[in-house]
Amino acid sequence: MNDITERGYANPDVLVSTDWVAAHLDDPDVRIVESNEDPLLYPSGHIPGAVEVDWTTDLNDPVRRDYLDREGFEKLASRIGITPETTVVFYGDKNNWWATYAFWVFQLFRHTNARVMDGGRLKWEKEGRPLTREKPSYPATVYKAPPRDDSRIRAFRDQVLAHVQAGGQLVDVRSPAEYSGERLHMEGYPNEGALRGGHIPGAANVPWSRAANPEDGTFKSADDLRAIYLEEQSLDPEEPTIAYCRIGERSSHTWFVLNYLLGFRDVRNYDGSWTEWGNLVGVPIEK
Amino acid sequence: MTEYPEKLQQILEDFRWITDRDEWAAYLIEIADRFQPVPERIATSPYPEDHRVPFCESEAYVWAEDRPDGTLKFHFAVENPQGLSAKAMAAILDETLSGQPLEQVAQVSDEIVLAIFGKNVSMGKGQGLMGLVAMVREAARKRLRERQS
Repeated sequence: MNDITERGYANPDVLVSTDWVAAHLDDPDVRIVESNEDPLLYPSGHIPGAVEVDWTTDLNDPVRRDYLDREGFEKLASRIGITPETTVVFYGDKNNWWATYAFWVFQLFRHTNARVMDGGRLKWEKEGRPLTREKPSYPATVYKAPPRDDSRIRAFRDQVLAHVQAGGQLVDVRSPAEYSGERLHMEGYPNEGALRGGHIPGAANVPWSRAANPEDGTFKSADDLRAIYLEEQSLDPEEPTIAYCRIGERSSHTWFVLNYLLGFRDVRNYDGSWTEWGNLVGVPIEK
Repeated sequence: MTEYPEKLQQILEDFRWITDRDEWAAYLIEIADRFQPVPERIATSPYPEDHRVPFCESEAYVWAEDRPDGTLKFHFAVENPQGLSAKAMAAILDETLSGQPLEQVAQVSDEIVLAIFGKNVSMGKGQGLMGLVAMVREAARKRLRERQS
């Protein structure tokens, strides 16, 4: 199903196709943003006109474990030449994993005029579409951002603990081996310093990448997603849901899927995730 | 302690002086462009699991071919077409460690990944790249052990 509008999503407008992006490359009201895990990909070639937003250098506070503050976001927005009215389209590697992470951080500042390019970099490349090494330059803008709002889509450890104690709904998006505690980290990835293995009690386990079609990185249809999250895992879209992984990046992909594609009522991303929970003294853990 | 091969020392020195992120990326992309996949006479896809680099998400593989002079020629495959960092690291290892004294190759530390990629590499990717270094180092150590026994 190539047509996004036919896939039955709750909010199909949050996705745009590669065709749509190709038709808006010169649109001054649209800014294409690439966010990757591999820092060499953007400079090796990107969609013409796309700017890079890097998760370490642009989105994270360099000292504290936190995201950039309002001032930092305003500077970033100014650098990439956007205003609150600009339609920002994110895309990237790894089935848009890092693109949805950047998208999520932008939502902390309520830049709601945001989209994700379905299929990301993989689909664009597979279709043989143009890439350039030329870095675009846009006139700096003045962007007045609201204060960062962590209350709607971000969960902190005390809130997670209260959620667990109330029997709330959680989704652990890590690999089954991490979830079981057999491994403390993602397969192929390092142990990032968690002292205990396992998962937050009551969490369902749905590895994040199950939401994407591996051959082209596009999101699965709403029916296929419902089969996983609702039927197989018995998650209730009406119940408040918290997603987590290791540091909150993979779970931003699942947050995106549950919130926008399946229309869950209240989804938050616990970015402290396992690197925090697995080190906290006295919190409950299930194996 | 045995010193690193001169070519490796030189490239580590280059990265010490590169502070601009664009310059850093351009240099590594140039290196990645020189990446030569493993020749068919050594291996063909699908590659055997025992040559697969642990912790590498870009599905990298390593082979060590014996040379008449007793050194090793290293070959690599990177299955992920977007695994640019892995290709750059593989090209560096081939260009700086193939044909070098095994005693020196056996001493190469994972730390060279940090020296080359620094804070620009995610925690996950760093481990995969270190896996590449570890496979090369282990191949040299294995040959040295075999020769001593």
